[in-house]
Amino acid sequence: MIKSLKVLQNPLANSSYQLDILEHSPTHKHASFKDKVAATGMFPLLASGVDIFQVNMGKMCNQVCKHCHVDAGPDRKEIMTRDTMQLCLNVLANSPIKIVDLTGGAPELNPDFRWFVEQIKALGKHIIVRCNLTIILANKRFNDLPEFFKLHQIEVVSSLPSFTQDRTDKQRGDGVFEDSIKALQMLNAVGYGMQDTGLTLNLVYNPAGAFLPPSQDALEKEYKFELMKKYNISFNSLFAITNMPISRYLDYLLTTGNYDKYMDKLIAAFNPAAVANVMCRNTISVGWDGYLYDCDFNQMLDLKVTPVTSQHLSDFDLSLLQNREIILKQHCYGCTAGAGSSCGGAVAE
Amino acid sequence: MADHYYNAEDLGKFGNIGDYQKEMADKFFSYYGEVFKDGALTAKEKSLIALAVAHAVQCPYCIDAYSSDAYEKGFSEAQMMEAVHVASAIKGGAVLVHGVQMMNKVKEISM
Repeated sequence: MIKSLKVLQNPLANSSYQLDILEHSPTHKHASFKDKVAATGMFPLLASGVDIFQVNMGKMCNQVCKHCHVDAGPDRKEIMTRDTMQLCLNVLANSPIKIVDLTGGAPELNPDFRWFVEQIKALGKHIIVRCNLTIILANKRFNDLPEFFKLHQIEVVSSLPSFTQDRTDKQRGDGVFEDSIKALQMLNAVGYGMQDTGLTLNLVYNPAGAFLPPSQDALEKEYKFELMKKYNISFNSLFAITNMPISRYLDYLLTTGNYDKYMDKLIAAFNPAAVANVMCRNTISVGWDGYLYDCDFNQMLDLKVTPVTSQHLSDFDLSLLQNREIILKQHCYGCTAGAGSSCGGAVAE
Repeated sequence: MADHYYNAEDLGKFGNIGDYQKEMADKFFSYYGEVFKDGALTAKEKSLIALAVAHAVQCPYCIDAYSSDAYEKGFSEAQMMEAVHVASAIKGGAVLVHGVQMMNKVKEISM
């Protein structure tokens, strides 16, 4: 299994180094994202509210995916403590935010994951878990996750970059496809993705290479047909997500000589209609240590939210955060290319 | 003028042909866009046909564009190579079937 950039002491593990590459390409000048947004009349880009509270529960993961923007893996030890979770719960108890989106790493690897889910549910919030599927089979103690998810009516969102083994394993590691299929069958068995159960199972496609996602609608139809035909698997929706040029995916782009071409593709596909719907406008992203960011990508680049008096859960001020100015950098092109991209897939026609 | 006939960067300048004749270029690109939309065939199926035709007409720009497009749309390496073989078989067959014409001619003039 490959190691994280951090453990390999790769300079790209440093967010400042990544930002320097993004803002000052070593080989090519790319149009400024801020200028592109300004041309649409939407600069500075402001939040429209805080509807989604996305919590990164830690960087530990049982997989080491080549595109991972978190640089997650088994060798990452950063993990959210119960004290920080309690700060999340305090914020949620005193705010109208209805959706809590749990991500990682593999959030289920956090020893307090189940406790946290139960506490959030007790507050009446809707929970999304970004489950990498293979965690369900990684150890016996995770085999009952489908039942646990069902018990708490959790919405499950899972990555499956292809309905073929070849492409999935190329991106996510050997054996991931086979385990993912087994995990999807286990989720289906308890009712996830099945008609009239109310148990939502959404899949995520992201390109296994230096290219943009094709049409989300066309891909969803194809996934549904192929997964049903070959594996008798059902799911609700497919989200097509663009790979952000940061962290491990940035490393891939640079080492394969694809960086400039990929940035050119993102820029050429800039869609002004996607700007208004980017996810940072209604999301707040919480780091494993309780700091606040506009999105999970800004979190990995250590770009904390602009209101300096509300950059940590302990100082959470909804009145400041709900109309904050979003921090824009060159990687943001990833969310505005083509049909746009978010944790919920495409955001524009 | 470059000192070679094909330049990869020229693919990105395809739209510039309208600089010299806008009306026809606009009509062509409008038609082109319409052709590749989902219809009786899906946009994905059309991409693979385009890949095969690109090889048959040996257009490096088209091969560049449709190798990317077909892969991005989800075709596997094996599927794409089989499409190239289809183009090859048709082109090879087109040559060989003219052998019948050659045979006809030879039969006509031989004793």
